[in-house]
Amino acid sequence: MVDQSASIDIASLVKRHGTTLAVDHVSLTVPRGEFFSLLGPSGAGKTSLLRMIAGFETPDEGTIRIDGRSMEAVPPNRRPVNLVFQSYALFPHMTVAENVAFGPTMQGVPRADIASRVRLALDMVKLSSKEERLPSQLSGGEQQRVALARALVNRPTVLLLDEPLSALDQQLRQEMQVELKSIQARAACTFVCVTHHQEEALTMSDRVAVMHQGRVLQVGSPQDLYESPGSAFVARFIGVSNELRGVVRRIDGERAIVQSPECVGEIQIVLPMHLAIQAGSPVTLLIRPERLRLSTAAQGLSGEQSLAASVDKVLYSGSDRRYLVRLGEHVVWNVRVPNDESGRNGLVPGDHLSVRWQISDAVVLSE
Amino acid sequence: MKSSPPAGRAESSGPVASWWLLGPGLLWMGLLFVVPLSLVLVISFAERGTYGGIVWSLSLTNYLDLLHPLYAHILGQSILLAAVTTMLCLIMGFPLAYYIARAAPGRQGMLLLLVMIPFWTNFLVRTYAWMFILRTEGLLNTLLLKLGVIAAPIELLYSNTAVVIGLVYGYLPFMVLPLFVALEQVDRTLVEAAWDLYATRWVILRRIIVPLARPGIMAGCLLVFIPSLGAFLTPDLLGGARSMMVGNLIQHEFLVARDWPLGAAISCLLMLFVMGMMRWLLHAAKPVSRQEDAS
Repeated sequence: MVDQSASIDIASLVKRHGTTLAVDHVSLTVPRGEFFSLLGPSGAGKTSLLRMIAGFETPDEGTIRIDGRSMEAVPPNRRPVNLVFQSYALFPHMTVAENVAFGPTMQGVPRADIASRVRLALDMVKLSSKEERLPSQLSGGEQQRVALARALVNRPTVLLLDEPLSALDQQLRQEMQVELKSIQARAACTFVCVTHHQEEALTMSDRVAVMHQGRVLQVGSPQDLYESPGSAFVARFIGVSNELRGVVRRIDGERAIVQSPECVGEIQIVLPMHLAIQAGSPVTLLIRPERLRLSTAAQGLSGEQSLAASVDKVLYSGSDRRYLVRLGEHVVWNVRVPNDESGRNGLVPGDHLSVRWQISDAVVLSE
Repeated sequence: MKSSPPAGRAESSGPVASWWLLGPGLLWMGLLFVVPLSLVLVISFAERGTYGGIVWSLSLTNYLDLLHPLYAHILGQSILLAAVTTMLCLIMGFPLAYYIARAAPGRQGMLLLLVMIPFWTNFLVRTYAWMFILRTEGLLNTLLLKLGVIAAPIELLYSNTAVVIGLVYGYLPFMVLPLFVALEQVDRTLVEAAWDLYATRWVILRRIIVPLARPGIMAGCLLVFIPSLGAFLTPDLLGGARSMMVGNLIQHEFLVARDWPLGAAISCLLMLFVMGMMRWLLHAAKPVSRQEDAS
């Protein structure tokens, strides 16, 4: 079955580097016009995957289809994709305009059309005034825009980006996240972006594939991945996550009671529909720091779960405070409290209180 | 307060110290290069005495003598042989240098060592070895006869072909080394980028690799062309009497004909030609240095 509306259709792709599997039976489908990110730590296989889509590496097994067409034995210069390199790879002996004109010239686009397409592409990245400069005369951010324009001018089916923002400083990186997203919308082109930077992936992408050790662990919208991570790895890799291991004691309709050897008290959870959990099943609970509430009051709100804790550390970071609270000997949780009430300043290390959260906010994973 | 005076002194003595550093080198070059060269220049305007001595005068006779077709022929032949040698070295050296530049770092050192191994033996000895190979009853002819490729031995030694073979053999490493340095610095991702941007292998070579390796190509060509042009030993041993190059002519004038002034004039002309050519080459290389000029 080939999905005709898909820009990229990857089926059980395998790439071996020596004896290790750099890419381990990866299957992905990227619809037309989507901003898709491959997110993972270094060595996760995301760059290998990107290079196979670009054609620089040959898969050992599996197929890649671009626009429904098999890419088997198609060299990079015949593929309808263009790659924005991590180092930009601008030709140092050519001007900005010559760099951008390179692709269309190679494709045999008529001379007059090349000029107008180059102008259009440079307009899109707001660099029209610097056509005659050499790459060495541009700033890092400008070089990156040239790299983008040089790829987009070819009107590729898919634009591949390899760690596009990694060489930029923090502020420029945030600006470019927004910029990339709007360029993608204007170009109406499928973007596949490799990054190890989770915030970058969440901000820019329509969908993200989290990769680890050559496998795709989870594919979903940024919200899916953050709100309902399918594994502890995904939860830890995307944002900060508090974890607690325990065993299910009783099941009571849609809810269940979990007890953890690591802390005192019973914890109520909502049973996830897709997991077969019975009494006695080991589970891991995941709760995001900003979903937690600290309270010294004895009584919680309805639907809330509460655990006794003590304050270990207070970290002030301007817009919010991070509390490290201890629930048990080996369990320290992160709690993020917005700095919106001056009255909250009272907590100091050593204070005893309770950590509370909405029962539905805890993500349950079976071991 | 205490730290400022030493800093000031270091600053003022800096340039003075650097002049002293030039001293030994300047002395050596002055005595053994500039003075003899000036002598050659002066002698080139003198005249030959009846028995081979130098008659001091200021005349252009020697330079006018050089207009004789015989000399023009030898100079032209030398330029042609040097140019053919340079071209052959470039054609053979470029793929070799590219291969070494793209080899794994461990292999790279070994391959470069192999390129330089000929230098371990004296050049004269190696040229004699070529005489044994190229002779009518030599290694090459014997082999070809035994294999039945040829019916009668080919006359290779004492020809322009033999001279070019010897020169290419001798100077190929001088082409490979600067090319290797230049090609190794060409970023591999640029090649990938061009490939991604629909370029064929040939276009990548022509529009990306060659322009970026241009300083190395220029350096390699100069390092082969200039010594080939003035070569003396190789044409003497492999070219014999039939293929004379400028170097042999100069040697002949100084040592056989005992016409020092004419020999000096030929030397000066040769130097003038090489200097003019280098200027032209550096000018031709300008587009590459555009980067520095514009910034």
